[in-house]
Amino acid sequence: MQRRDVVKLMAAASLAAIGLGAPEVARAAEHAQAALQGGAPAYTPIFFTKTEWPVVRSLADLVIPKDARSGGATDAGVPEFMDFIMNENPGSQKWMRDGLKWLTAEHRTRFNRDFVQGSAAQQREVLNDIAFPKKAKPAFKAGVEFFTRFRDLTSSGFWTSRMGVKDIGYMGNITLSAWDGCPEPQLAKLGVSYKMSMRAVRKG
Amino acid sequence: MHTQPKRLEYDVVIVGSGAGGGMAAHVLTQAGANVLMLEAGGWWDNTKDSQMMKMPYDSPRRGASTPERPFGEFDACVGGWQLPGEPYTKAPGTKFDWWRGRMLGGRTNHWGRISLRFGPDDFRRKSIDGLGDDWPVTYNEVAPYYDQVDKLIGIFGSVEKLPNHPDGIFQPAPRPRCHELVVKQAADRLGVWCIPSRLSIITKPTNGRAPCHYCAQCNRGCMTNSNFTSGNVLLIPATKTGRLTVVTNAMAREVTVDAKGNATGVSYVDKASGKDLHVKGRVVVLAASACESARIMLNSKSSRFPQGIGNSSGVVGKYLTDTTGTDVGGFIPKLTNHMQHNCDGVGGGHIYMPWWVNNKKLNFPRGYHIEVWGGLGQPSYGFMGGIENYPNFSGYGAGLKEDYRRFWGATVGFSGRGEMIPNADSYCEIDTAQKDKWGIPVLKFHWKWSDYETNQVKHMQETFRTLIAEMGGEVWGAMPGKDKGYGISNGGSIIHELGTVRMGNDPRTSALNAHQQAWDCKNLFVADGGPFVSQADKNPTWTILALAWRTADYITQQRKAGAL
Repeated sequence: MQRRDVVKLMAAASLAAIGLGAPEVARAAEHAQAALQGGAPAYTPIFFTKTEWPVVRSLADLVIPKDARSGGATDAGVPEFMDFIMNENPGSQKWMRDGLKWLTAEHRTRFNRDFVQGSAAQQREVLNDIAFPKKAKPAFKAGVEFFTRFRDLTSSGFWTSRMGVKDIGYMGNITLSAWDGCPEPQLAKLGVSYKMSMRAVRKG
Repeated sequence: MHTQPKRLEYDVVIVGSGAGGGMAAHVLTQAGANVLMLEAGGWWDNTKDSQMMKMPYDSPRRGASTPERPFGEFDACVGGWQLPGEPYTKAPGTKFDWWRGRMLGGRTNHWGRISLRFGPDDFRRKSIDGLGDDWPVTYNEVAPYYDQVDKLIGIFGSVEKLPNHPDGIFQPAPRPRCHELVVKQAADRLGVWCIPSRLSIITKPTNGRAPCHYCAQCNRGCMTNSNFTSGNVLLIPATKTGRLTVVTNAMAREVTVDAKGNATGVSYVDKASGKDLHVKGRVVVLAASACESARIMLNSKSSRFPQGIGNSSGVVGKYLTDTTGTDVGGFIPKLTNHMQHNCDGVGGGHIYMPWWVNNKKLNFPRGYHIEVWGGLGQPSYGFMGGIENYPNFSGYGAGLKEDYRRFWGATVGFSGRGEMIPNADSYCEIDTAQKDKWGIPVLKFHWKWSDYETNQVKHMQETFRTLIAEMGGEVWGAMPGKDKGYGISNGGSIIHELGTVRMGNDPRTSALNAHQQAWDCKNLFVADGGPFVSQADKNPTWTILALAWRTADYITQQRKAGAL
């Protein structure tokens, strides 16, 4: 399928479901697709503002960074994915906007500079207060709620990307002529086997 | 596919293309009847329209839901809990959700293909424990139809000879997945019966359909027709007889009658034009779903039927039940750091637990079955959400990335699906104050669970927690308290509404006789979940199919005898 066709298809599908203008949707879809294929041109977000965009990119990579096995969130097009999802759900945008404001204000209060200009240590200091819901102080409730959702959305975007699916090792959605079950070493690790009886065990 | 009827009059008009309507149409067209079917949604053909082989990155939405497809953009079923222009209302304090499919095949596009026969006891519960009512048919009368359904549609399972869980004519069941064997081990130790699932997915070539290829995406619609939907397994083949006309986007308004009180056909709204149209039929079969069929009957008022057609007993809309439900999941440490492999299998669990306890020992009268979830399914929107609940998780960064890898597949969960006893506080009626966008009066729901159901759900919660502990796991979250009904689902939310047009042996206390024929109107039949006298600890679809076949045979016989 040509990229142009993909774009047309996605634009049509999105338009059917929501009410966004055709050019906006087509642009978001095109960029999301380009990002998937690598070599994305500079992306102009639709939902995120010019000031929010670098914060989103930076935060997404802090959540899922590049490592030996795969790239980071921005390499996988997660910010573009987030822009698309935000646009699609006008009823669920406030938490993101408010959260980014909270993060910016918190970082400024502490270090007198914007989040993206903070050092790695400074950024981490803020994240450490909001990344662990069970340990977080009540004063950071707003930050914790935002970061928990942001982390989940980063996970959604990263692990469903081509890069993420390959990394996590999802091996299905293929056609098999027979189902042999799970591999022997995995069963052995769990202490189970296909020699087990599948009959119901009656007690009492 | 047709948008208008082709004839002036049909032998049979069927409303609804789901399990019941599909089976009735299949059997009646085979028997030579000219059938017209009205479907409120659009055409759907899995072989052409399915999104079965999509990977999440094929869409910028990554499988997230859309207004048209609340269960995800790749899901087959067009419909939802709320449909634009088609409201329903609820009495104050009522928690009830109503899922409606709007497409060829109806809600058979939206289910787990769990295809359980009701057992002998399920047809005579009142005789056993004094609650509810007995059915006017017995297991032995329905069994030959279950056999035919097994052979026509295809089902896998294992012969177990367990009491009240009748075996069928099974194709080989697929081996359990790795985590399912861990569940099986725990269930065996606790004496909870755990056996291969019984799903209407074929593992052998069946009537021209190819066997399952194990991509796990049954809910997206099977491009090879290896699972059951009414559209692809019953209706599209039935169109090949040349005797089935399906009119899509047709919203039934009422059953029309003549001066003698016989049904003459169905009036409906053509959704595309908004025009009111009518189709004539010698026989009318309602199979629009339990609540929608009740709505049509209650709205079909005439001087002959002031309470709605077939409702001289006043029971239409009453005795509404749904399956009880609750879910518990847990983290199973031994399932972390799995070896990468294809864990897809069929779409649905490969094992389940049929009801195994004698209710005489318990503080609730009826049982439930257990469905199992877990494994390494295709990543989709929402993947590993709630990672912060796993022990010693890393919050963010390289450590978190590693957490996702090692915790993926380490959650196992259980869903209980149990039998509710009909009660006087749970019913639907016409809301005289509200109409849908075509001016058709809508349903108002009333709902209340009794202690029978909440005590049963408490038992589910305790069982699931014990199973998770037995696997060495840690349960996600504390057990909901009595004030929350121990986590019982909303009425309707398991999508097993039954009983609103119940059958019986007495015209004063039932709307239909044992052939699902209206006592008050001999050429009106109901062939969905409406006629059910009781739920069971089993999903209703296989019984809807068997009874629809039985009713279609009766209609054929009566037509031949000149009685209709």
